[in-house]
Amino acid sequence: MRALRGPAALAAAGALALAGCGAGGTAPAESGNGAGGSLTVFAAASLQQVFTELAGAFEQQHPGTDVVLNFAGSSDLATQITAGAPADVFAAADTRTMDQLAAASLLAGEPEEFASNTLTIVVPPDNPAGIDSFADLAEPGTAVVVCAPQVPCGAAAEKAAAAAGTTLQPASEEASVTDVLGKVSSGEADAGLVYITDARNAAGRVTAVPFAEAAAAVNTYPIAAVDGSGQQQLAAEFIDLVTGGTGRQVLSAAGFGLP
Amino acid sequence: MARSAHPAGYSGLPRWIMVPAALGFGAVLLPLAALAARVDWAGFLPLVTSASSLAALGLSLRTAAASTVLCLVLGIPTALVLARASFPGQQLLRALVLLPLVLPPVVGGIALLYTFGRRGLLGPALEVAGIQIAFSTAAVVLAQTFVALPFLVVSLEGALRTAGHRYEAVAATLGARPTTVLTRVTLPLILPGLASGAVLAFARALGEFGATLTFAGSLQGVTRTLPLEIYLQRETDPDAAVALSLVLVAVAAAVVGLAYRRTLSGALGVGGR
Repeated sequence: MRALRGPAALAAAGALALAGCGAGGTAPAESGNGAGGSLTVFAAASLQQVFTELAGAFEQQHPGTDVVLNFAGSSDLATQITAGAPADVFAAADTRTMDQLAAASLLAGEPEEFASNTLTIVVPPDNPAGIDSFADLAEPGTAVVVCAPQVPCGAAAEKAAAAAGTTLQPASEEASVTDVLGKVSSGEADAGLVYITDARNAAGRVTAVPFAEAAAAVNTYPIAAVDGSGQQQLAAEFIDLVTGGTGRQVLSAAGFGLP
Repeated sequence: MARSAHPAGYSGLPRWIMVPAALGFGAVLLPLAALAARVDWAGFLPLVTSASSLAALGLSLRTAAASTVLCLVLGIPTALVLARASFPGQQLLRALVLLPLVLPPVVGGIALLYTFGRRGLLGPALEVAGIQIAFSTAAVVLAQTFVALPFLVVSLEGALRTAGHRYEAVAATLGARPTTVLTRVTLPLILPGLASGAVLAFARALGEFGATLTFAGSLQGVTRTLPLEIYLQRETDPDAAVALSLVLVAVAAAVVGLAYRRTLSGALGVGGR
């Protein structure tokens, strides 16, 4: 009578474990194990479009070279590099994560700042709450979604709010820009704070409402070669590409500011 | 019962099976041990008793309890219908109801968003009724119920099929009404299965992450449950994330351990009679 209960419970427990595997988590991308002509670049998620384009250009300039890209949140990437992930170049979305690696002596050279990004308000295309300034975000009953202060976009949102002299009462403090965009584009939130480049990528699903106070919260993007990389030469050339003319052109086309 | 009774000294297993079995145990236990080894014990107490940690733990326990109750209310009738009734499309319906077991929770979150969200299927109706689900604790409970319900249904349906119809048929021939049969015969018979199903549902609700993140948002004390807090803490304070992870592991282990002991003793109690 009870013979089947055990297996049934086990099956359910097994399914529990399987379902658990689906939850979040960023796996490190396949590593290029440094084999001749392969350059592994770890870059902040917001650089995905730009760096994919630049990696293509780099491969064209260096026939036989394979650029392996790994995109994730800057602090995730820093954690992976600290844990020994095989990166040759690291490009972060803020100076804080880069400073952490520098302090741990994991960089091969001085980080170079190559881009900047500024916050913007995003609203659903029909702008249901009629948002057209930063002060509107503080109106009671407005569902505003921001990044949590622990992540770079959230720290920037706090700075912008301080500059505007308002305190936001967010409905939610998300862990990433993507989650903020998702809440706004689905119409769950009346407004959100993301970077200009994110808003541009999501054009059509959200409308950007620029605000003056954003100038107080500009994020700088540093890039550096990682210590112990077997591709110092290629790494230096890739960094030159990003900080040089081609890089500047691609970055500004995507909405990034230039240092 | 009889399954565990085997002649002393004979396990019926080829010896080589110990090697993959050891790997199997290791696959689960090694990461847990590595996590425990990473805990900063000196700072453990302050880390897990910070205001944000306690708020997250409290919210997690409250929402998981609420969604377990909701799972029982919805899951018992669902399991009864699947196990006892017979209608066309039953197999298909069962497969669909069990779908959240294998679905990535993020998908569940998106589906919930388009059901209960402001612009979802039921959004306008909810708005008329003055119910605001977005960014509320209710959204967390809904997300947890969505992913946990199949666990209750699947273990309950198994228990129902194992228990069989006999006692119910006897009670009915003695003149008991269907409701009386249900509450006096069927439910007491499957009580152990009900308990283990409820515990599995609670444990699953406690660990819910993807659907909550997608559907409910993340705000301290309102929607930021322990898994979301861990995910966020990881950004700035890996030590806090590790400490909280260990708390979650401990709570989950306690819950599951408790359930198995109760199920086992319940089974023995019934079996002894």
